[in-house]
Amino acid sequence: MAQITGQRYLRTEALPHQWCPGCGNGIVLGAMLRAFEQLNLTNREVVVVTGLGCWGKADNYIRTNALHATHGRALAFATGVKAGNLDLHVVALMGDGDGATIGGNHLIHSARRNIGVTAIVVNNFTYGMTGGQQSALTPAAAITSTTAYGNPEPPFDLCALVEAAGANYVARETVCHPGLLQNRIREALSRHGFSLVEAVSPCTALYGPANKMNNPAAMLAWLKEKWIPARKYREIPNAAGQGYFPTGKLVDKDAPDFSARYAEVQLRAQRRLAQT
Amino acid sequence: MPARSRLVQGNQAIAEGAFYAGARFYAGYPIGPSSEIGEICSRRLPQLGGVYMQMEDEIASLAAVIGASLAGRKAFTATSGPGFSLMQENLGVAIVGEVPCVVVDVQRVGPSTGLANRPGQSDFMQVRWGRHGDQTIVALSPASVRECFTLTAAAFNLAEKFRTPVVLLADEIVGHMRENFTLPAPGELAVIGRAQPSAPPDQYLPFDFAADQPPPLAAYGGKYVFHVTSSMHDEAGASCHDPANAARRISQLHRKLEANRGQIVMTNAEGVEDCEILVVAAGAVARAARAAVRQARQSGIAAGALQLVTIWPFPGEEIAAAARRAKMIVVAEMNFSGQLAGEVRRAVGGALEVRGVNSYNGEIITPRQIMQAMR
Repeated sequence: MAQITGQRYLRTEALPHQWCPGCGNGIVLGAMLRAFEQLNLTNREVVVVTGLGCWGKADNYIRTNALHATHGRALAFATGVKAGNLDLHVVALMGDGDGATIGGNHLIHSARRNIGVTAIVVNNFTYGMTGGQQSALTPAAAITSTTAYGNPEPPFDLCALVEAAGANYVARETVCHPGLLQNRIREALSRHGFSLVEAVSPCTALYGPANKMNNPAAMLAWLKEKWIPARKYREIPNAAGQGYFPTGKLVDKDAPDFSARYAEVQLRAQRRLAQT
Repeated sequence: MPARSRLVQGNQAIAEGAFYAGARFYAGYPIGPSSEIGEICSRRLPQLGGVYMQMEDEIASLAAVIGASLAGRKAFTATSGPGFSLMQENLGVAIVGEVPCVVVDVQRVGPSTGLANRPGQSDFMQVRWGRHGDQTIVALSPASVRECFTLTAAAFNLAEKFRTPVVLLADEIVGHMRENFTLPAPGELAVIGRAQPSAPPDQYLPFDFAADQPPPLAAYGGKYVFHVTSSMHDEAGASCHDPANAARRISQLHRKLEANRGQIVMTNAEGVEDCEILVVAAGAVARAARAAVRQARQSGIAAGALQLVTIWPFPGEEIAAAARRAKMIVVAEMNFSGQLAGEVRRAVGGALEVRGVNSYNGEIITPRQIMQAMR
């Protein structure tokens, strides 16, 4: 079997990409494109919907259908694309500002609706393109360009939030493990209903240097220390309180998705029509 | 629905007009006085094989409509002024991405929550200028239940033809009034389907900045792979920040509507040929304007009425033509600022007195008030 590269989904003419040295976005992009290839998806059946931000630029480098929308709203656009054509594989690419902060409402409602969209949220703890401000995933006490004295707010556990909201598939990996990330994205794309992959990634230009991690290696070491497999996480008393996050496949169920439920609605509506 | 005359509500006619035009996707958020449109869609669209989605807010509603349109569905949403405000940013996506869709705004009195569900006409400027960035839009305004139906269908046709969002700017009176109406039979009104591209897949350009009319829009999942972006882009849809390209892109968005205004601008004239006083109005107020003009004629005043069916692009030339013998123009509208009157003044260039009749307290303008302004 030929090596899986994901190259057929890459707009090589748009390279080199604009991301900073040491940024994890390229790792997430590569993992996603290889997952597309593993699933043998055609370029025509994939629609990538992006918000605005560093990761929201990913559509520039992808040779599938794409919709680059507004900040925070990628999932709402993706919802319409999916409901408009159920055969499509719809992937929403958002950062932590986009997906977890301004777009938080769309995230929980997409999960509740269990609509067949895969959200890939790259969490780099900050607004990168806008200059390193605080997001809803910035750790408490962290320094950003808008929390000079330490972040007074705690972050969401995004995966726990989306699990509670009803998603069929939820996973978290860091860019330290591209193979695992690729597997999670492939699994997410294979499931019915809403799926979230939180890809934890270093911001080596802004978040890291502001928080005493002056080089990419220091940020990766932090991710490796604090983001640990769910099994290990459960063995640590008060893990969340110590800044640990569980990685791996956190939710994998097969509840009826929006499409299945709406097909029933259509059937009942048409039966009612036939009776009148 | 049987093809006989029956009492139909304006909002119901809007929904039925959309179905007639082929709309099979609706995403919305409930808000009076537009809610009946969503309710009817929730009952009828699944019967028609379509999809109704109740979204978490109006921002998401228009986003979903744009997404569904790009997936090949004729799609629409309905709201009122506050919800329309929330849709403004994503309306810009539909404009710059040239994504056909229809947004119904059943106007009520503001500012803010205002006199919830009392009739108003204060969104004329919100529709035209409410977004950041410089762009333009099409807006149509119905004055009857029949027009609720026919203009909704026309809105979808214009949206498809010019790949633009079209706003149906109704008001609470028209939306909630009931009139006798016979639903048009299939084929009776023109319905423009989504034109399909014919280029080979590797040569398809979704945008054309030189033509007065945009190229056909492919659908996600068909034989074309294509890119739509809210960022400035080239004709292939790829992000492009070149100043010359940006200038061509922005001017084309304006030009495609201006060059085709003859296909977009509609007015209803009554007694304007010899009129010395021209009454200009839109929506429900156009009914009062016609009644006032008929009464004025009976008392020997040469009055004429011009209903602005199209609000944007503004029918300035049509107003100037209808007023060529007039000594005065009366503009009746349900807002304080005289949003239409200002545009009328621009159209006639200060040569004529333009007098406003304004209501902004949730009460309709009566023929008597318009009559008084003629004196």
